[in-house]
Amino acid sequence: MERKKLISDDGRRLDGRRFDEIRPIKFKIGILKNADGSAYIELGKTKVIVGVYGPRELHPKHLAVPDRCIIQARYHMAPFSVKERKSPAPSRREIELSKVIREALEPAIFVELFPRTTIDIFAEVIQADGSTRCAAISAASLALADAGIPMRDLVASIAVAKVDNQLVLDVMDEEDKYGLSDMPIAMMPSKNVITLLQMDGMLTCEEFKKSLELAKKGCMEIYKKQKEALESYFKNIKEEK
Amino acid sequence: MIYFSQRQIVVPGYMLAEGNYEAGRNVYKEENRFYATVIGLAELKDKIINVIPLRGCYIPSVGDVVIGKVIDITTTAWIVDIRSPWNAFLFVKDFLSKPLNVIKEDIRNYLDIGELIIAKVTSFDRTKNPTLTTKEHGLGKIERGTVIEVDPTRVPRIIGKKGSMINMLKKETGCQIHVGQNGRVWISGKNREDEILVVEAIKKIESEAHTTGLTDRVYNLITKRRVSNGKEKTNI
Repeated sequence: MERKKLISDDGRRLDGRRFDEIRPIKFKIGILKNADGSAYIELGKTKVIVGVYGPRELHPKHLAVPDRCIIQARYHMAPFSVKERKSPAPSRREIELSKVIREALEPAIFVELFPRTTIDIFAEVIQADGSTRCAAISAASLALADAGIPMRDLVASIAVAKVDNQLVLDVMDEEDKYGLSDMPIAMMPSKNVITLLQMDGMLTCEEFKKSLELAKKGCMEIYKKQKEALESYFKNIKEEK
Repeated sequence: MIYFSQRQIVVPGYMLAEGNYEAGRNVYKEENRFYATVIGLAELKDKIINVIPLRGCYIPSVGDVVIGKVIDITTTAWIVDIRSPWNAFLFVKDFLSKPLNVIKEDIRNYLDIGELIIAKVTSFDRTKNPTLTTKEHGLGKIERGTVIEVDPTRVPRIIGKKGSMINMLKKETGCQIHVGQNGRVWISGKNREDEILVVEAIKKIESEAHTTGLTDRVYNLITKRRVSNGKEKTNI
């Protein structure tokens, strides 16, 4: 089978981006009335809604930890989020991503302030076009901020891939499927702390270092957008007449 | 070195200052640098940096008057939702004035699930759930009136500076208003219209909590509604 060409001769990707450009990104905050905090992200065609509850009492009680709150995350793809209907039952992949998202957000939250309680994070993928876990993490940190949960920093997340022997930032569906390697990263940008680093495929040491730099640059861009979204949302609340 | 202007909106992780300051509420220190932990308004007062939260849950504190809802019953205590991460306990001896034999009598007869109480927090330290008491003047079961919920971070604004806002509301509407620190407000008036008017005023305060001149605007709202209700102000 002939491999699809993912980068054109003049260095443009399938949607016309340069290798270090991210897709247009849009955040909305406070979209769910019943959740304590909520956020919505559009990263190109990827759309994710996140709702946050808590800190609240944990049931069943034996799961509670005496000196901190636990975090329960659920990543779920809607049946209509992909081209062919996805079964709504949680798959192996979704269970893994739930764990990964939880562990990416946990270092940012002051869990020791709420012993014996839980914070519940629900991420629902409405439309998938690559980097859904990164979109979910970026939106979840905004939802946590909207719920007023104390955090060390916001968490921004982005993926880097290697396609046609070229490193590219913010992976979309085709690049993920036909690319050679895929590396999602989440970090607390103002702390310069990485909270999630996964890798599929093969990279040389040199490429890995370059990918990391590229991802950091991408996270800073996302972080800027997150701050803008939060500030403008709360400014509106503040100035509402 | 300070990196914010007074009452600027800051987000979690925003670096507020470097150097010789003190971390106040919702601020944490890391290697001489100060960061905000929640979304809020940054303030500097006598070298102490505070962030006034714009969102957040209620954290119990001993002595707070709260309005709670009974959600469960054990043999000797009621379990009360006070909108905090932890449910509160109200023991029989802290509610009833006379001793009660819990073996012979069901405490449900005195206070049942779903009923509301106004109570005081008597103990809390995050390792144990808070406990409540109603054995003080003005505390006890809520039997009449309206209870509404607002964001707990807006409670100081509803009370106002030295009670200016709440006193104005009480005086203008003739309603009794009790503000629980957990963001529940109990309004009890002579008639339903007065209560609805207070609810509207409080919703206005909640949505415009961080603006200036709010007391005057709420006062205007009340007078306007009174005129449209066809009542004279002097009737109170």
